[in-house]
Amino acid sequence: MSEVRILVGTRKGAFVLRSNEQRKDWVVEGPLFPGWEIYHITGTPSDPNRLYASQSGGWFGQVIQRSDDAGKTWETVSNEFTYDGVPGTHQWYDGSQHPWEFKRVWHLEASPTNPDSVYAGVEDAALFHSNDGGKSWRELSGLRSVKGNLWQPGAGGMCLHTIVLSPDDPNRIFVAISAAGAFRTGDGGATWRPINQGLKSDGELPDAAAEVGHCVHSITLHPSRPDTLFMQKHWDVMRSDNAGELWHEVSGNLPSDFGFPIAVHAHEPETIYVVPIKSDSHHFPPDGKLRVYRSRTGGNDWEALTNGLPQSDCYVNVLRNAFAVDSLDSCGLYFGTTGGQVYVSSDSGDNWISIVRDLPPVLSVEVQILP
Amino acid sequence: MICVTLPAHLRDLAKVTGRIELQVGEPITQRAILDTLEGAYPMLRGTIRDTVTKERRPFIRFFACGEDISHEPADISVPADVAAGTQPFRIIGALAGG
Repeated sequence: MSEVRILVGTRKGAFVLRSNEQRKDWVVEGPLFPGWEIYHITGTPSDPNRLYASQSGGWFGQVIQRSDDAGKTWETVSNEFTYDGVPGTHQWYDGSQHPWEFKRVWHLEASPTNPDSVYAGVEDAALFHSNDGGKSWRELSGLRSVKGNLWQPGAGGMCLHTIVLSPDDPNRIFVAISAAGAFRTGDGGATWRPINQGLKSDGELPDAAAEVGHCVHSITLHPSRPDTLFMQKHWDVMRSDNAGELWHEVSGNLPSDFGFPIAVHAHEPETIYVVPIKSDSHHFPPDGKLRVYRSRTGGNDWEALTNGLPQSDCYVNVLRNAFAVDSLDSCGLYFGTTGGQVYVSSDSGDNWISIVRDLPPVLSVEVQILP
Repeated sequence: MICVTLPAHLRDLAKVTGRIELQVGEPITQRAILDTLEGAYPMLRGTIRDTVTKERRPFIRFFACGEDISHEPADISVPADVAAGTQPFRIIGALAGG
């Protein structure tokens, strides 16, 4: 029977949740790195024992941790994220130009084939790559040349939070940056182009259809359809069927199209999930009801999934990296909240249970299926 | 030997439980102590000083002999009692509100 392992990053450490493929009874282990913010802890597809964690804090800055034994022991690897060449400037809140300054790593994404190849999305927004398991990092600086001088931090910081490695082409990578937009490379990161056509940010940008500046919260794809992307934007749930060349809105009947994560079912490429949040000024679910919404039609037609989720007096948020999908036959879904709960559904979202209820605010959730 | 104390988070990171003793070459300055400390405990690089500029991180303080010497130049000698090893060079996580 397979083992299911959930890696949870929180404001005050990391936790590992273990179960079998029934996903009913869970063991909670941790905290790892207690007291530190763990923006992301993740595994590597080609070596389930290789884990990476982004550990940071206001006093002591950024640390990157690596484990080669599934989290039993950890070693620090390089935390030197040095921008390539002259860092340059980006737009600041007052309209002036402000120097690029490294703050933290938001997301780590390992190659599907090589556990030593790992990408890091950082704040201030940039993409770094390591070919040696995190011992050294090199910026893929072509990204910041895509009108980076026009990017401006949003309230959550100017962070590169989403990295999607194309399943059919190792040279194609999608990234998303808050208040800058989505970008794509076809040459392994040397050159990039914005892929924001069709996004509309009325009331947020002077030019609602600007080439860059859109606040993209998350993007995802299904491995069988590498040209079909789904996006949760600040407002609006979007879809592209040509690798981001053009987007169209699929928010449909959602009670709110504001939110953070978006996910695709493991076996149904047209089944997608979002967690609607009332608004950017409230950051909690509409009507105090925590509802995951599922569309089986690739968007537009949505149904609320509520069984086992609190349907009154619930005012938590679900952050962009805090939703995960497993690959078991009966597809499992997992998400963590800013209230410290981690929920699991072992039946594609029809029913949910809480695994743990009182963790620190959850920043990230990843799942591994182990033989 | 120079004696260095670390805040709890950095002791955990460095996998030490108490004071650290370092053999630091002359002249014994803040920079020399921190260079030696980071050489002996490379996991601390970037957590006390910026990895590139070597500037002290904003919420780190250096105490010695009951004084805050955080704003002293990095290349002047530390107090004699620290250099003699009779007083520790204390690395502190600053009060940060809340």
